[in-house]
Amino acid sequence: MAAADGVHDLGGMEDFGPVIVEPTEPVFHAGWEGRVFAIGGILSVQGLTSTNDVRHAIERMDPAHYLGSPYFEHWLTAFATLLVERGVLTRAQLEARSGGPFPLSRPSRAPRWKGAVSRRARFTAGDRVRVVEAYWRGHTRCPRYVRGKRGVVDRCDGAFALPDADVDGAHPPLEPTYSVHFDAAELRGRDAEPGTAVSVGLWDSYLEPA
Amino acid sequence: MSESDHHHPTPPSPVEARAAALEALLAEKGLVSGEFIEAIVGAYVNDIGPMNGAKVVARAWVDGNYRQRLLADGTAAIAELEFGGPEGEHMVVVENTSEVHNVIVCTLCSCYPWPVLGLPPDWYKSPPYRARMVREPRKLLAEMGVDVPQSVRIQVWDSSAEIRYLVLPQRPQGSEGMSEERLAGLVTRDAMIGVARP
Repeated sequence: MAAADGVHDLGGMEDFGPVIVEPTEPVFHAGWEGRVFAIGGILSVQGLTSTNDVRHAIERMDPAHYLGSPYFEHWLTAFATLLVERGVLTRAQLEARSGGPFPLSRPSRAPRWKGAVSRRARFTAGDRVRVVEAYWRGHTRCPRYVRGKRGVVDRCDGAFALPDADVDGAHPPLEPTYSVHFDAAELRGRDAEPGTAVSVGLWDSYLEPA
Repeated sequence: MSESDHHHPTPPSPVEARAAALEALLAEKGLVSGEFIEAIVGAYVNDIGPMNGAKVVARAWVDGNYRQRLLADGTAAIAELEFGGPEGEHMVVVENTSEVHNVIVCTLCSCYPWPVLGLPPDWYKSPPYRARMVREPRKLLAEMGVDVPQSVRIQVWDSSAEIRYLVLPQRPQGSEGMSEERLAGLVTRDAMIGVARP
């Protein structure tokens, strides 16, 4: 399974059951959750982690661990993984200090990014586009439920680092992003709910003219 | 040593022990401090939450010019009320009307407008919500307590790139003449995500 088809890419999947709402939910369910959240902010400010690297590290978690653990455990696992990969800490130190196994994410299988980065906005609001059929073994923000689907650009959103290329401090050039509108029938065919639509934020490289 | 090492009558759970180990090792390297951690936690527990977004919505309900600025440039109009910061740098506000009902999701992770709504609730980050909101929004909204009539379109916004969304709900009937402050009290977090009505 390519990382682009990872367990985190949940849009449109079946059989997860009802959404369980906790009526008076605290911001953090336990002290460690808040502390892990705050550590994330501090590591980011110090340049030890970036948003895309943290997301990629979460996406590299064992799928069963990902689905079976609370949200902030994803963050904890990603921070520890990145700090070990970057030589700041060792897994042995983490396991000795925690007194047990310290599961980390799997190693990255992403090759070095060789695709072009599109610096010029190729599309404008109202343009018909199709999401490219691309399979990338690294981090991406192109959800699989829109892959190959046709939509219409409904907004141009400015340029940001292409997540697929923005790994390990690569700092790629900025690339235009868009909000692309997909009718439910395009996404779900005969199973679509009438009168519904989804707009998805997508980078220029994810799109082609339709 | 973190707080959690001191006040525990029972041994810490494995994940608690792992979190404490990471913090302790980073503290020994001088990379994090307990004081800084507690300041960040305090800010998100006490100051950064849906009460901020509620003020934005109430202002838009009473001030038509502000509403127009909010819909034209969400980030700038929200900054007028002095809200901004991480996960709020690029805001788009989407307005519910008698023709369209908007709802927010992040199918790939948990992107959410922190400065106006705080940190997301667990259900927003859960697989069922992320999987189903882009597949069967009308059914899921009904399950969560919002029956959207067939005559009203449903527009789902998947925050997969850098934009963060806030839903501007419809002002409730019977709220004419209420003060801005009282109106803010009617606005719930879930209404600003689009899974409830105020």
